[in-house]
Amino acid sequence: MPRELHKTMDINLIPLLPAAQVLLTALIVMILDLFFKENEKGTLAWISLLGLALGGGETVLLWGSQEGAFAGTLLLDNFALFFTQIFLGAAALTILSSIHYIREMKIPEGEYYALILFATVGMILMAAANDLMVFFLGLETMSVAVYVLTGMWRSSARSSEAAMKYFLIGAFATGFLLYGIALIYGATGATNLDDITAYLIDPQDEWPLYLVGGALLLLVGFAFKVGAVPFHFWVPDVYEGAPTPVTGFMSVAVKTAAFAAWVRILMHSLSPLDSDWAFPLWVLAIATMTVGNLLAITQSSVKRMLAYSSIAHAGYLLIAIVSGEEWGGVPLLFYLLTYAFMTMGAFAVVTCLADAGAAPEDYRDFAGLGFNRPFLGMAMSIFMLSLAGFPPLAGFVGKFYVFRSAIFAGYLNLAIIGVLNSLLSVVYYIRVIVSMYMHEGGAPAKIFRQSPYLYSAIVISVFATLYLGILPATFLEWSRVAFFSLY
Amino acid sequence: MFGAMALLLVPGNQMRALFSVALISSGLTFFWSLQLFYLFDGAQGAMQFVERAAWMPAFGIEYIVGIDGISLFLVLLTTLLMPLAILASWSIQKRVKEYLFFMLFLETGMLGAFVALDLFLFYVFWEVMLVPMYFLIGVWGGERRIYAALKFVLYTMAGSLLMLVAIIYLATRHAQITEVLTFDLLRIYQLHLPIDQQIWLFLAFALSFAIKVPLFPFHTWLPDAHVEAPTAGSVILAGVLLKLGTYGFLRYAIPLFPDATLLAAPVFIALSVMGIIYGAVVAMMQDDIKKLVAYSSVSHLGFVMLGLFALNMQGIQGSLYQMLNHGLSTGALFLLVGMIYERRHTRLIENFGGLWKPVPLFSTLLLIVMFSSVGLPGLNGFIGEFLILLGAFRVTPGWTALAASGVILSAIYMLWMFRRMIFGPVRHVENEKLQDLNAREIVILAPILLLIVFMGVYPKPFLDRMKPSVDLTLKRFATIQTAPIAADHAPGTP
Repeated sequence: MPRELHKTMDINLIPLLPAAQVLLTALIVMILDLFFKENEKGTLAWISLLGLALGGGETVLLWGSQEGAFAGTLLLDNFALFFTQIFLGAAALTILSSIHYIREMKIPEGEYYALILFATVGMILMAAANDLMVFFLGLETMSVAVYVLTGMWRSSARSSEAAMKYFLIGAFATGFLLYGIALIYGATGATNLDDITAYLIDPQDEWPLYLVGGALLLLVGFAFKVGAVPFHFWVPDVYEGAPTPVTGFMSVAVKTAAFAAWVRILMHSLSPLDSDWAFPLWVLAIATMTVGNLLAITQSSVKRMLAYSSIAHAGYLLIAIVSGEEWGGVPLLFYLLTYAFMTMGAFAVVTCLADAGAAPEDYRDFAGLGFNRPFLGMAMSIFMLSLAGFPPLAGFVGKFYVFRSAIFAGYLNLAIIGVLNSLLSVVYYIRVIVSMYMHEGGAPAKIFRQSPYLYSAIVISVFATLYLGILPATFLEWSRVAFFSLY
Repeated sequence: MFGAMALLLVPGNQMRALFSVALISSGLTFFWSLQLFYLFDGAQGAMQFVERAAWMPAFGIEYIVGIDGISLFLVLLTTLLMPLAILASWSIQKRVKEYLFFMLFLETGMLGAFVALDLFLFYVFWEVMLVPMYFLIGVWGGERRIYAALKFVLYTMAGSLLMLVAIIYLATRHAQITEVLTFDLLRIYQLHLPIDQQIWLFLAFALSFAIKVPLFPFHTWLPDAHVEAPTAGSVILAGVLLKLGTYGFLRYAIPLFPDATLLAAPVFIALSVMGIIYGAVVAMMQDDIKKLVAYSSVSHLGFVMLGLFALNMQGIQGSLYQMLNHGLSTGALFLLVGMIYERRHTRLIENFGGLWKPVPLFSTLLLIVMFSSVGLPGLNGFIGEFLILLGAFRVTPGWTALAASGVILSAIYMLWMFRRMIFGPVRHVENEKLQDLNAREIVILAPILLLIVFMGVYPKPFLDRMKPSVDLTLKRFATIQTAPIAADHAPGTP
């Protein structure tokens, strides 16, 4: 793997540009928050969006670069840029859906936006990290911010409980990761991914057994972060308790960040160890899909259902990971892209329903929505059908690509199990549509939050879901370019 | 050419709430498809009007559409039934706009599935159809509509998802053997896989299509879906959607996996005949007219499957012909049932009786349609069934004899229903003042009746155009048959 260009010791700040941009915005938001009066704080959202947009512009300009910084611990390649764009997009959609929501929930605005931006910085670092320590730094930046975000709805006991749970489990997972990193360092004498790969390809002597152990510990840490079964117990409670836009943010951006690091670290750099974890991963993928889908069927709350469905989707993504670097890499990236939009959209619709006091997220709260609010109904139907994998929507192309990768890689059984799981998922996704269109009435007096920002977030997601489903060619190419920039 | 046009035509009009727009749109589609009929070169068996465009080049997926003698008539059937079905849904009061949107959306999906020549494209259309049909049953259906709609979706999805795996696997094999990554059907036809792989792939495809047909014992979703669907939904479901299953067999499962087909043919013949008898017997027991017609569909589609798996000219031609017949006659039956239901709001046979006196026109038309469905000589049903039995007899005389008894059974349940509904004294007071058919309803039924008679008297123009394409399918079959199995490993056996 000839990639020496970033190994120089000079301090190159360019690769840090998008992250720095977002960080700067976060700091500005925090400072201005002190000076703004209560009724002026809406401006903060716009400042945050502006910062994200600038960051997005920078990633577009930097597209195609291949630069390292800080002695090769940070690497700005298309892979990092691809994920940076997803994070920025998800953060922007989250902020758009939050503007009215947090005001009504009495969540402090300045801190909220700043935390989202901080979390985004952490994710960008995770995707760009070429060193286990930098990756860990990014992970912690992201996690701490998201712990706080989860508990920001202070008047709700559920929210506080979720934050506590998330923090404890997160700390536990961090322990696994750190221990894994330590073992790998002990075995290879390096934390830089290139050095580790170099060691693995040409080891001086036999691999020590604890190297494999360290890698497996990393695997467990990642499995916690993406909510793979059997490390998923925190997911439903945390997702349900968190403020809805934050749930969307968690289930899209946090998960994507974890997968980005997974791809770069485990799938790519530690790929010589593939044979050691192929089987555990295979079991993990099947368990994650099946348990996620089966439990999703039994839920009565749409938000909890979406939490379990996000577990199931982590399972589909694991199929791509099992398929290995050669076949699974590009599908994984593309799937994450499609998943981001349809899930953000679905949570945005749920946000529309949320009332200040109670949490009306049951299926029956969706009754009649389809005809009372044709736009919301249509949007939700599109997201649900896309998540279930109906053509010609984004979710179908993503799934098609993932199953295809499994078949190409010789895992026909995995593809068949995945397909049967999609069938299971149809049951509960369709239930939402049934409630919306086929049960009359519901609670007619319900106030659906009318927010133009929220609606624009939904419109963007609908458009992206349709576009990625019908004309995916350009984005497939992007995912391909992004993935192969790892080499 | 045609599929693209239909696609362009339909979405443009979807959002208008007016029936007339929907009518004009579907009528225009019919007009275009008629044009196609005239431009179609009946002497050629290959695909015509082929259009192709790159769609997802990274996967070798293309947009390829085209028609041959097999799909031409099914396309025509679809475009003919669609405006009639829209016209028949005049009484829909609820959410008219959405209703029409889904109807046209459904038409797009069905036409797309008939003309698609790329496996991926076919799958997309195949699945796209599910969504509007689901809504049509679930929103505008009868009392148990939600249950019926969910059952419909789950059954169909279960089959088609496995087909998706099979499609991908097929393309993978093709890529490995010929180094060309493509989902182009005509190129994948050239592939000749070893028999064990063929069997699995055939089963995956066949399961999907058998559920759609529905072949006994995969039929249990059908009566529920039919009974709960609105009239137009039933018409389209019986008239076109079920044909997609048999079409799938003829276009995909049989020619793609000839060796497996040969192996499986006896099983499928047995299942078809069981379906024929079972459908007929159960139909006889029904007291709900719509359910009766639904089970008669199971029986009739059994004939179609029997003809297909006879794997000879008469059988397949008869099947194709019977597909059209069934679309017309069962479509008409559902329309008639819908009309009487609108008047009386009941579908139980016992609530009728002696209808001849109050509604003579209705009764006459019902009689004609029924005779067509039973297969009375001189009407279309006879020719189809006769050809099928002729073809099947050459293969399996025993099963064919059994199947022929299904014809008799169908005569029994149809005539019995007719006697109970139409003849005798008027037993219910409500029935005395029934209105006979109005002009709109006559307009709906007239084209179907004309075709029923025309196709019964003069089938030549239809059979002639089918023949070359069926020939081509069978020839492909014959060459692969004669090729020794040792050719398995020779890539791309022509």
